[in-house]
Amino acid sequence: MFYREAGDFKTSYRDDNQTFPIRLDRAGYWIALFVAFCVIPFFVNDYWVNSIFAPFFIYAIAALGLNILTGYAGQVSLGTGGFMAVGAYACYKLMVAFPDVSIVFHVLIAGGITAAVGVAFGLPSLRIKGFYLAVATLAAQFFLVWLFNKVAWFYNYSASGQINAPERSVLGVVVTGPNTEAWAKYMICLVFLVVLAWVARNLTRGMTGRKWMGIRDMDIAAEIIGVNPLMAKMSAFAVSSFFVGVAGALFFAVYLGAAEAGESFGITKSFLVLFMIIIGGLGSIFGSFAGAAFMVLMPVILKNLLVGTLGWPTEIAAELEFIIVGGLIVIFLILEPHGLAQLWRLTKEKLRLWPFPH
Amino acid sequence: MTFKRVAAASVAALMVGSPVMADLVFPSLSYRTGPFAAGGIPYADGFADYFTMLNERDGGIGGVAVSVPECETAYNTEKGVECYESTKGMGALAYNPLSTGITYQLIPKATADDIPLYTPGYGRTSAANGNVFSHVFNFPANYWNGASAAINHVLELNGGDLKGKKIVLLHFNGAYGKEPIPTLTKLGEKHGYDLTTIPIDYPGQEQKAQWLQIRREKPDYVLFWGWGVMNQVAIQEAANIRYPMDQFIGVWWSGAEHDVKPAGDKATGYKAMTFHGVGSDYPVFGDLQKYVVDAGKAAGDGSNVGTVIYNRGVYAAMMLAEAAKKAQEIHGVADITSAQMRDGLEQLEITNARMAELGMEGFGPEFKVSCANHGGPGAIAIQQWDAAAGKWSLISDFGASDMEVIQPLIDADSAAYAAENNIEPQCN
Repeated sequence: MFYREAGDFKTSYRDDNQTFPIRLDRAGYWIALFVAFCVIPFFVNDYWVNSIFAPFFIYAIAALGLNILTGYAGQVSLGTGGFMAVGAYACYKLMVAFPDVSIVFHVLIAGGITAAVGVAFGLPSLRIKGFYLAVATLAAQFFLVWLFNKVAWFYNYSASGQINAPERSVLGVVVTGPNTEAWAKYMICLVFLVVLAWVARNLTRGMTGRKWMGIRDMDIAAEIIGVNPLMAKMSAFAVSSFFVGVAGALFFAVYLGAAEAGESFGITKSFLVLFMIIIGGLGSIFGSFAGAAFMVLMPVILKNLLVGTLGWPTEIAAELEFIIVGGLIVIFLILEPHGLAQLWRLTKEKLRLWPFPH
Repeated sequence: MTFKRVAAASVAALMVGSPVMADLVFPSLSYRTGPFAAGGIPYADGFADYFTMLNERDGGIGGVAVSVPECETAYNTEKGVECYESTKGMGALAYNPLSTGITYQLIPKATADDIPLYTPGYGRTSAANGNVFSHVFNFPANYWNGASAAINHVLELNGGDLKGKKIVLLHFNGAYGKEPIPTLTKLGEKHGYDLTTIPIDYPGQEQKAQWLQIRREKPDYVLFWGWGVMNQVAIQEAANIRYPMDQFIGVWWSGAEHDVKPAGDKATGYKAMTFHGVGSDYPVFGDLQKYVVDAGKAAGDGSNVGTVIYNRGVYAAMMLAEAAKKAQEIHGVADITSAQMRDGLEQLEITNARMAELGMEGFGPEFKVSCANHGGPGAIAIQQWDAAAGKWSLISDFGASDMEVIQPLIDADSAAYAAENNIEPQCN
């Protein structure tokens, strides 16, 4: 009734293949973009940006990256935290070495460096699959964190091994360091997210993405129809690591402002991002957003509900948070193993037919 | 539509949290969960209980009630940021996050927001240089004082000569554990001992490899920078390899009752540094018992009163309360702001007479904070555990540390920070 394609005629293949074929979806997409770019920046304060938007946007980028590798190309990775660390430390070294260059380039180059590292650690994927590959990427996780702890050059020989983001600006607006305005922090993360999500969407529905999915679904069959597994796997690792590296760079430079390898980029970070894509939905752009939103917002909402509104002691609330979030994850996965994205897809299917279910 | 609006409004309300209405706000970024909770709980209890006592006994500070909103960080920097942002709007006067990682995070943010950070015995050591770190205070002692005090103690045991001795630093592989390394390296050059550093990764429940290395290297002394569950494990492992306990010296965060008790009698002789008194033989604890614990207003179950970490929470709260009083005095208003609180911290003077008035005579050293020196005297004593008696006792006086070595390190590290962040010296 509200949500259907009846009357929405397409006259070209281009129209037919667009990302949002239904008019209501399209409108929703443009409205969301409009609100995100033109309304929210005028209302955000430090709390909203630092506790909700910045982590959500940055984790969404990381989840998009991992989803390309795991969801689209079928290569399991437990090295996300390590790759984020590469992005963060690369960004730090670049920021300190070239203070006059715009931070945007630093973040992009940091992503590029991470892509190179990701390809190097992705090489074993040519011989091994599944759990074995997971173990190889796990090795990357531990090795990279160890490296950034061990080699003092990476943290410029600071006493504690911490890296601190100096103040840097984009077009005269400060985006890192303590004097960043809330809206500036919000906008830099949003711009990176929107551009990267657009890239991810268009990569995954084009030839590259189809090759990845071919490799994921049956690598031998894909090879027979002419997909080069070397190129497909390596490009998946490169693109995925680029996204994760950008996320790591933003995570350190814009969101936290200070980081240390073991605490900020440990194995828990790898699991967190992996949970995001599993809960959100493997092989789905929307799923990356939904998963990141779920994992970032749920604890904050629960904390504010239990401690702020109900006035419970903080430790009971903190323990309950784990129980509730854990329970929700299990429930979601039992009800819908393909994640929130599939739930959303089913809702849309139902809505299209409603009120005539058959 | 109305449902949607209600839902949106309630979600918004949930995300912002509800403000606490009170006058002097000292948020407690505590951690009562996770692998560091063993230390986080008594500290948060002591911190909250002291302020509760002030409210109950004196009606607050200068007639204004104090509130201590708690926020759980689990020692996690991201949660720490969330806690900082959610509490700073309540009119927070000072932060005491009890985590070196979170402190590093908050130093630039709090400075920009004009809120002081008080990090007694932890955090960034070079913040002792008030010239660069205008909003960070780490008196009365920092890690580099600690490292030097430990070496001084070892020097004393060896008649002032450490040539050819082997010293191992067993440390948490994070910001906190790495802090003492530069000082110990420099002191090694000065005194001629051989330093080996052995890191323990978070959370440190498994230390077989580290202790195997210690067994192989047979160091003369092991210095220990651990926190949380890794303390108990390290002391247990030391007992297992029969490492002589009196040659095993922990920093003040590795020397609480709950750290040594699991190893039982074997922990006897274990040493730890401290920058404040031990036990509960101070009148202030009587008041805490009477006004807080017996009145059923304790933050915890009251069983921690007088333990090492609880005392440290009390000590930190006392300093903040005194600084708030000082700020009220300087500015002539009872309802101070965070900027005024900063002035109070900077002009704080703790005298023995004042300590006696507070019921804490001899609990900590006398000192005076100044614009350039935010680090206090750095006087540190050594305490030793006696398992049979079940208590710590001081085995040395509060001795000074080797500022000849430490001061240049502080100057160099803070100068590097100032250069990276374009900070002008604030004192003339």
